[in-house]
Order: sequence, then C-alpha cells, then structure tokens
Amino acid sequence: MPSQAESGLAWWLRRVGGTVVDAIVRLGYASRFAAAVLTHSGSAFRRFPLTLREIYFAGVLSLVIIIVSGTFVGMVLGLQGYDVLERYGSSEALGVLVSLSLVRELGPVVAALLFASRAGSAITAEIGLMKATEQLSAMEMMAVDPIARVVAPRFWGGVISMPILGLLFSTMGIFGGYLVGVKLIGIDAGAFWGQMQSAVDFQRDILNGVVKSLVFGAAVCLIAVFEGYDAPPTAEGVSGATTRTVVASSLAILGLDFILTVFMFRGLGL
Amino acid sequence: MTETTDDLVVLRELAFAYGERQVLHDINLRIPRGKVVGIMGGSGCGKTTILRLIGGQLRASMGEVRVAGEVVAELDRDRLYALRRKIGMLFQFGALFTDMTVFDNVAFPMREHTELPEEVIRDLVLLKLHAVGLRGAAQLRPSELSGGMARRVALARAISLDPMLVMYDEPFAGLDPISLGVVGQLIRRLNDALGITSVVVTHDVYESLKIVDYLYFISDGRVVASGTPAEVRSSTMPFVHQFVNGEPDGPVPFHYPALPLTEELMYAEPG
Ligand SMILES: Nc1ncnc2c1ncn2[C@@H]1O[C@H](COP(=O)(O)OP(=O)(O)O)[C@@H](O)[C@H]1O
Ligand SMILES: [Mg+2]
Repeated sequence: MPSQAESGLAWWLRRVGGTVVDAIVRLGYASRFAAAVLTHSGSAFRRFPLTLREIYFAGVLSLVIIIVSGTFVGMVLGLQGYDVLERYGSSEALGVLVSLSLVRELGPVVAALLFASRAGSAITAEIGLMKATEQLSAMEMMAVDPIARVVAPRFWGGVISMPILGLLFSTMGIFGGYLVGVKLIGIDAGAFWGQMQSAVDFQRDILNGVVKSLVFGAAVCLIAVFEGYDAPPTAEGVSGATTRTVVASSLAILGLDFILTVFMFRGLGL
Repeated sequence: MTETTDDLVVLRELAFAYGERQVLHDINLRIPRGKVVGIMGGSGCGKTTILRLIGGQLRASMGEVRVAGEVVAELDRDRLYALRRKIGMLFQFGALFTDMTVFDNVAFPMREHTELPEEVIRDLVLLKLHAVGLRGAAQLRPSELSGGMARRVALARAISLDPMLVMYDEPFAGLDPISLGVVGQLIRRLNDALGITSVVVTHDVYESLKIVDYLYFISDGRVVASGTPAEVRSSTMPFVHQFVNGEPDGPVPFHYPALPLTEELMYAEPG
C-alpha cells in the first residue's frame, strides 16, 4: 500500500526496482550454483550407476508421453501440410515439410517442453522434498556432498536423456506424418521418403536439432535442480518451486530456441 | 565443570544469529568423553542450531566450537568432512533417505566412505540393525516404519561408521511411551558399549533425566543452569523447577512478547 509520504509513482518505481534487484541476486545465486554443479560433476561419471538411475527416471519414464505426443504431432502436421501443399500441387513434398519441421523445431522444442513438465517438475519436487525432510542436511553431516551425490547425477541424467527423447519425438512424428500422408491420404510412398531423403541434411538439420536438444536439456535440468535445491523447506515452498520449474523452463526453451535458430539457420536461404 | 583434555566438545562464548535474529548469545558448555550430556531448552531456543554449529553446518558469529581439540570454524572443507565422518547425527525426524530401503540407508555411509566389499557391508549393516533391534526390517522402506522404528533406523545409520560422537536432535519427540523408553535405553547402551560420547538435545526433561550424566539448561540463548540429574532434581532454581515440573508460566513466559491485550483490542484497526 502506498504510504501518504510517497507518491504512487515513487512507490511503483521502488517496487519495480526491488523486483529487478531480487531477480539479479537470484540469477547470480543460480550461476554460482550452476558452477558448483559442474565442478562436482566428476562423481556423476565416476559412479555412473547413480546417473544411470536418473536416466531411467527422467528419460525412460518419459518415453510414453514422448512417443504418443510425437506421433500425434506428426499426424496433425501431415493433415495440415497436405491441405496447404495440395493447393500448389506439390503434395509429394509432404515428407520434406513434416521431417524438416520436426527435426529442426518441433522435435527439440516440444520434446523439451514435455520433458520439463514431466521430468523437470519431478526432479524439483524430489530434491525440494529431500531438503524439506532434512535428507540433504543429513547427507552433509555424513560428509557426503549433496551437490555431488544428489544434484549432479540428476542434472546429467536429464542432459543425456534429452537429445535421445528429442530424436525419438521427431522419429515418431515422421512416422505419424507417413501414416496420414501415405496410408490415409494416399501420397506415393516413394516420393514421400525420396524427397525427404534428399532434402534433409545430416549436419544442418539433424545435428543442429540434437544441439538444440542438448542446450534445452541443460537449461531445463539446471532450472529443475536449482529450484529444488533452493525451495523453501515447506509444502508451499516445494509446490511453488515445482511450478516455477515448468514456467521458467518453458520460457527458457522458447527463448533459447529463437537465439539458436538465428545462429544456426541465418543466411541459409531461409 | 572445568576444561580438561577429557572434553570432546567445548563451546566457548558462542554466539549465533540467523540474519537479524540473535538466537544464541553466550553459550559455554563442555561435553566430556564417554558421557551422555543433555542440552535442554524450550522449542525454538536454539538447540538444533547448537548441533549444526558443532557439526560445522553453521558458523558462529562469535566464540568458538572445539571438537576433539580442533576449532571447527577453522577447518577447510576436507578436514571438516574428515571430522564429520567421526560424528553421527540423528536428525529430529530421522531424515532417512526415502528412496532407499532400511538396509541401504544404514549401508549408505559405508558405501560412500569405505572400499569394503559388499559382503562385509552386509554383515556390518545387519549387526548395526541388530543393535537397534530391527534386523528383521532391513528390506522395508522408510515409509513403512513407525516413528519409533524410523528413529532407531536413523540411530543405526548414525553409528554406522563407529563414530566418536553421536548427536541426537529431539530423539524423544513424538514417540509413544514404549518407544520412548526403548530409544532412551538404546542411547545409553550404545554410548557405554561402543565407548562413544553422546549429546542429547531435547525438551523432554523426564526422559533425559533417566539417561544423561550431565544436563545443561538453555534459555534466551544462554546456559542458565546445569548439573547432574540428582542436582537437577533437587534444584531450587526457578527455571529448572518450572522445567522439571512442567509449569506453564514462570521464568519462561507463557506469552510471546506483545502489547497488553487491552491496548491491542482498544486500538486495533480493521485490516
Ligand atoms: N534457517 C533459519 N533461518 C532463520 N531462522 C531460523 C532458521 N532456523 C531456525 N531459525 C530460528 O532460530 C530459532 C532457533 O531454532 P532451532 O535451533 O531450530 O530451535 P530448537 O531446535 O531449539 O527448537 C528458532 O526461533 C527458529 O525460528
Ligand atoms: Mg530443533
């Protein structure tokens, strides 16, 4: 509430300033945390079974949602793409349209968005609850660093899973496009696959898509472990942190995607 | 008590604040080797904070904590971790790892800090669990344990590396009368059988009087009284008397500091 001594404008300025300063402080704290995670990552690889377990929880348990969503997105792309391409008499290019959209954009981006809400939120909730129930503190008192033992394996498990999930999403999407285009609508299968093969470039399209997935995976996992580790040790604290993970990850994915796309595809005749 | 090399833990003129909130003002206390020492005080008086200071999870703003002759705040990370391996801590609610079985919880410190082969670890874990009477529960998950059992598993985990010092944070809180006695006896028995030193932080005077060798009372961030159980029972100090007899009001006031009720009601503004 504005006090009498302060005009409405000054109050707003103070509020905006306070929010900005808080955000910068938090960002600094998050960067230091990120550095700590990276410097304590040795154990995630020296004791790979720890990371393998997290690959199972983050990656394997996300398979169903990735496979189902990928197939549906591909089928919808097939329908919409055919509707447009047919007007220009080039419906055989459907394979190109579906595969490029998926491999370059939809695969990495949508898979990462799904991953953030499926696995990212789970990582935050788990670490947050471990903190709230003093499990992390107990670990510290047992002379075991929770960043090395709990945080780093979850981070790397997610980073390793993400590109695989992204590729799987694209693959299922292309399969969905094939189902609609070839099986349902009746486009020539040879043209569908042949045009796709000659149009999709390994480095420019597939590799760049994998790089995007890796970057998104690192961003989502970093946000997820940070929010969990930083969560106030209460029920509201953990639930708020989980929500923030999904929101912040989604924004980060979309923002990073724009930046990466600018660097990867500018000047390639697009 | 006067300071001797027999003291495993020494707190001297210890002060600590969480930000602006001064919790401990001037704590002086010693914990002799081989003894069970109780630290008693009302909820929120800073008991857990004292344990965290001893374990080096928090740093004092003034004064020092010495454990086995070393000033905890001056240790670098490696030496602090080396010290912590020799300290077992039982957290207030057990703090068992919920994603592991009882067996894996007790094995955790061994697997992290030793190169022992899995068969040896298995035998050691079963021995520790046997000592707390829960060998049969090895394959259960923490969510399947009662409060008293969880506390005992946490105790088995705390002694898993044969520590020199075990710290108990409210080991009696929220237990039924039978578990209460069991946990109390375990603390005493393990202390004597394994030759460890124990610090029991609690607000339960009745239970702790049965097992401790020496007792400190903390109020307002200071040690206000201390003595052996016999001295405490016969103490005429108002604070100790209030505590031992569980009187609601006395030196420890019933009311949190506030305006007089009449004033607050008369001048209260809506909103
Ligand atoms: N992390 C913290 N930040 C701020 N205040 C805290 C924190 N932890 C504890 N406190 C406050 O410090 C006081 C002492 O806490 P604690 O040592 O946990 O008390 P006890 O264990 O005796 O119940 C309490 O009033 C508590 O509210
Ligand atoms: Mg406490």
